[in-house]
Amino acid sequence: MKAKTLYDKLWDAHVVREEADGTTLLYIDRHLVHEVTSPQAFEGLRLAGRPLWRRGANLATADHNVPTTDRSRGIADPVSKVQVDTLDQNCAEFDIVEFGMNDPRQGIVHVVGPEQGATLPGMTVVCGDSHTSTHGAVGALAHGIGTSEVEHVLATQCLIQKKSKAMLVVVDGTVGPGVTAKDIVLAIIGRIGTAGGTGYAIEFSGEAIRDLSIEGRMTVCNMAIEAGARAGFVAVDAKTIDYVRGRPFAPGPEHWDRAVAHWQTLHSDDGAEFDRVVVIPAAEIRPQVTWGTSPEMVVAVDGAVPDPAAESDPVKADGMRRALDYMGLHAGTPITEIRPDKVFIGSCTNSRIEDLRAAAAVAKGRKVAAGIRQALVVPGSGPVKAQAEREGLDRIFIDAGFEWREPGCSMCLAMNADRLEAGERCASTSNRNFEGRQGQGGRTHLVSPAMAAAAAVTGHFVDVRDL
Amino acid sequence: MDRFVTFTGVVCPLDRSNVDTDAIIPKQFLKSIKRTGFGPNLFDAWRYLDHGEPGMDNSRRPVNPEFVLNDPRYAGASILLARENFGCGSSREHAPWALADYGFKVIVAPSYADIFYNNSFKNGLLPIVLNAATVDALFDQAQGSEALTLTVDLDAQQIRGGDGGPIGFDIDPFRKHCLLEGLDDIGLTLQHVDDIRAYEAKRRVEAPWLFK
Ligand code: SF4
Repeated sequence: MKAKTLYDKLWDAHVVREEADGTTLLYIDRHLVHEVTSPQAFEGLRLAGRPLWRRGANLATADHNVPTTDRSRGIADPVSKVQVDTLDQNCAEFDIVEFGMNDPRQGIVHVVGPEQGATLPGMTVVCGDSHTSTHGAVGALAHGIGTSEVEHVLATQCLIQKKSKAMLVVVDGTVGPGVTAKDIVLAIIGRIGTAGGTGYAIEFSGEAIRDLSIEGRMTVCNMAIEAGARAGFVAVDAKTIDYVRGRPFAPGPEHWDRAVAHWQTLHSDDGAEFDRVVVIPAAEIRPQVTWGTSPEMVVAVDGAVPDPAAESDPVKADGMRRALDYMGLHAGTPITEIRPDKVFIGSCTNSRIEDLRAAAAVAKGRKVAAGIRQALVVPGSGPVKAQAEREGLDRIFIDAGFEWREPGCSMCLAMNADRLEAGERCASTSNRNFEGRQGQGGRTHLVSPAMAAAAAVTGHFVDVRDL
Repeated sequence: MDRFVTFTGVVCPLDRSNVDTDAIIPKQFLKSIKRTGFGPNLFDAWRYLDHGEPGMDNSRRPVNPEFVLNDPRYAGASILLARENFGCGSSREHAPWALADYGFKVIVAPSYADIFYNNSFKNGLLPIVLNAATVDALFDQAQGSEALTLTVDLDAQQIRGGDGGPIGFDIDPFRKHCLLEGLDDIGLTLQHVDDIRAYEAKRRVEAPWLFK
């Protein structure tokens, strides 16, 4: 039998039918729903008089618009409130399990799914959100979809798809201390570019990826989309199975052994062929900081803001100039001299328990620097928040001068009240540094949680390993 | 979706190139929870003299008499004549929703942005590509003192009613089939209900934990 990639295995197991031109009806095991991209899809169902295909495949939570401060008085912004209320109504009408704003399990949809065991190895997982790639960390085929496709999945439990090409990214060897999953994925994007993965599904592999926890692998897969790939995933290993065990939606004892036996086959076979292979030596990866308005505009913390004049490609040089202008930076400035105004620790990239532990380890016994106007810590979900509080991380943050918030997307995209003002600079653990992403005119530098905490307590970017 | 067979309507000439999705429906309207109701805010920034926000009573807003959609000649137009790269910008489906909600059924342009082109078919809008010279000629006629009325015959792949006789156009056979039959993607997939059920039945045996 021909050696298969993990992508082949995940894909083949979900083909309902295939047309001669490769157009495939792909079965979707899990559909995650949030308030921003679902209302028109539910409306479409109602207008066409179509029922939901399989209610149990859907799981909903409100995340983008929810306030991260006291929720007892509801949502102040009327437009945000309508979106969240509409999700509640649609879930009630279609009988979909929803973790509403005040449910202890509520959180960012990409944190909630794996945490609940609602995303499992071998599943196809979709959500009307591009960072759905996160769920690939447990060996699932997961990607974001548009609103028409959300409706399509609600109505048919399938998607019309064509198979992507397969890319293997090997992070070879081990990373040094202080280098995290975020630094690994930023280094990968810096290497292959934000269009490097376009048309591909990326399998992340190599010792450095295997060494990561499942949470760390989620951070890497989360940003596959920033490398242009719709999906990113990691082969199942013992860590994956340990992670899934006992979670609320995970298989119970009656199916557990069979499920595990199947999951253990979810890796690329020896000799499987990829359309592209990229090898990155892990030892070379240092803590990363983005300097521009695209995740590929990234350097190591001991580097400097690059000079567009040194770029031979005129289109690229022009893009760099525009980015520097927007970011208010000059070529040659050492990264460690850049001083953020705000710090944001959160988002579906870095708001899980180990992220908060890493940030708290840096914050412990220190104080947020005088120049920092606001330092936010926003846990990814209710359970993450509760776990952090059990470990006393909230006290560490609060004592250091950070704000400890309720779970949600928050300042990652500034759809709620958490945002940057024009010209403000932020050390952020999120995934997008696009113009205006964290608030109109806001300037985002993407970093790991430890690096964000280090910037908060020193007032400038600093190599967390020197602290 | 309604079947698209032959269609006759007034042509509204929008003489600008690179019309982006933010011009078609400005971003302050994207927070809506509906896919209908965008029509009154189609081309909002060009169409009205004030700044539009969701929830305003559009019938009381000052309209821009210079903008082509407000020209009485083109009242009730359902065919939009446009220039190259129509629909560039974001991937959101609000742009075709707004055009369809206003009442457009057909767009004629020399070229479209890729995602917009795909999204149009998903929403029952027919985007026709004609060469630049033919589009120029149609602009001349549509901008004359009397409005131009055209008939679009999808089955025959012809536009009739212009000065120069019938104009042929190309369309992907599969997309044509979907429009003629009134099939949206969901309708198409639901033609394979048996395949989906058979797949599910097999998976329930192979991987029962997925169907908790
Ligand atoms: S945290 Fe940010 S990237 Fe993640 S789902 Fe929310 S808005 Fe999107």
